[in-house]
Amino acid sequence: MDLATFLVQCLNALQYGLLLFLIASGLTLIFGVMGVINLALGSFYMIGAYMAYALAPAFGGAAGLGFLATLGAGLVIAVVLGYVLEWAFFSFLYEREHLQQVLMTYGLILVFEEARSLTLGDDVHGVAVPEWLAGSIPLGGLMAYPVYRLFISGVCVLLALAMYAVLSRTRLGMAIRAGSSNREMVASLGVDVKRLFRVMFAAGVALATLAGMLAAPVSSVYPGMGNQVLIICFVVVVIGGLGSVRGAFAAALLVGAVDTFGKVLFPQAAGVLVYVLMAVVLLWRPEGLFKAT
Amino acid sequence: MRARTALLAAAALALALFPFVGGKFGVDFVTKTMVFAVLALSLELLVGQVGLVCFGQAAFFGIGAYAVVLLTPKAAAGPIWWLLPAAVAASALYALFVGALSIRTRGVYFIMVTLAFSQMAYYVAHDTPLGGGTDGIYLNFVPFAGPLDLAKAGHIYYFTLAALLAVFVFLAVLMRSRFGRALAGIRVNEQRMRAAGYSTYPYKLAAFVISGAIAGLAGALFAVKDGFVNPELMSWHISGTVLMMVILGGVGHLHGAVLGAFAFALLQELFKAQAIFGEFSKHWALGVGATIILVVALLPRGLAGRGSG
Repeated sequence: MDLATFLVQCLNALQYGLLLFLIASGLTLIFGVMGVINLALGSFYMIGAYMAYALAPAFGGAAGLGFLATLGAGLVIAVVLGYVLEWAFFSFLYEREHLQQVLMTYGLILVFEEARSLTLGDDVHGVAVPEWLAGSIPLGGLMAYPVYRLFISGVCVLLALAMYAVLSRTRLGMAIRAGSSNREMVASLGVDVKRLFRVMFAAGVALATLAGMLAAPVSSVYPGMGNQVLIICFVVVVIGGLGSVRGAFAAALLVGAVDTFGKVLFPQAAGVLVYVLMAVVLLWRPEGLFKAT
Repeated sequence: MRARTALLAAAALALALFPFVGGKFGVDFVTKTMVFAVLALSLELLVGQVGLVCFGQAAFFGIGAYAVVLLTPKAAAGPIWWLLPAAVAASALYALFVGALSIRTRGVYFIMVTLAFSQMAYYVAHDTPLGGGTDGIYLNFVPFAGPLDLAKAGHIYYFTLAALLAVFVFLAVLMRSRFGRALAGIRVNEQRMRAAGYSTYPYKLAAFVISGAIAGLAGALFAVKDGFVNPELMSWHISGTVLMMVILGGVGHLHGAVLGAFAFALLQELFKAQAIFGEFSKHWALGVGATIILVVALLPRGLAGRGSG
């Protein structure tokens, strides 16, 4: 592997890892604060990707700022959807056993997948890269790196920083952090837990949807894409330590690197490497790399 | 208690009489569902009785199925009396390995480690020539079983029913034994069991191995019935589906697992029925999903959760 290839793979690993982080952070926060394992986040990744495909024509496709408008519209829909879902399907489940919530999210996955099949069909679609991001940067020799992938990484980094700022500097972030360490105590101190849960849920949904919309131009849009990403994100969350955003960030980059380089160096064993990584990490540290505090 | 035993006996009798009224399709469908009921029972032992949520049951199921196919001689049928125990032993062995490592973790971490180990088994079957790769392998000769001809739908039906009843009774007796009481104690309060002088690790490991062995039995039955194995038997979708069967039926009851398996299979068949839903039957998962959501909303403790404690 020469230097340019290595560099390209590094950038790919970074981009994949950061994208995983967007979904995994929602997953880990929702679990940490609400104690809910939300399997349906994978569906929102899929829904996001299909929205990027279906909404694009309405906003002028890949031309001009159409892509940003599509992202904005998709996000608004995702937040509304998140609020409504939490209200309709989860607000009465918190007292119940975890397994009941898991079963609920499993039911939602089936419904979302079929709803998508009914409205948009089962075809695989490509989504055009927005024109102003369509170029690529030469990396010496014959290698070049697409600008759009850098754009994804950039957006993810900005979001990660914003998330850090919200979590560490705002009142809402304080409530969230307190919620992950002791839910009952936060409720008894007078924080409006119901509202907090709804905001968290909607934020998780919005992040997963955004990840799907961003990924659509590079990964193409296909049925079942959510389930695949969901399992990997679970791996990320568990390696990082449940409830820890920092852990999810580190683990996402780690998983991105192992998966990307695994595919290049050991194509035979690429699929299993991530799971071997998880097993090794958990046997070494049974509660993940960063235990949530 | 006595009413429940009578109800269970009635259910067993109904299953025994079913082939006389059910058509060819019905017998095949119920055979397959009973195989999944055995698998669901194996998971119920862990989830409902010990409180260990295992998300890797498909690996043991798949290993049992592959064992039957791989151990069948190239040019002749193998005796079922030898293949079945071998499949069970193979699954139990893998369960011993997985359990010994994963029982150190707890809660969601346990869920994920068991998933990781089942995915490893999946990729071994999927990416190596050992088990025919992605294409899977055919079982060329249905195992030889004395007076029974397991290639006949009726015979495999009763063979599977016998296995289901045996597993059910075995687990019911097991849970009443001293060992079973200790498992229940671990589920309710592991700390207290430790304080009472129990070393909980070997108990949990033993339960894990028994569960893996039963899942292997289910896999072996599946291979004999279908005559075909492929890596998808070990995919996490199977683990997920079985877990959903157990939760749907009601965690904590052996009959809940069987009920869940039948309810899940019937729901799928119902929504797949073209006679009722016509064109829409293509989207059967929508109906199944919506029903699951309703069950969660309306029956907090699963189908078996009402009444019986």
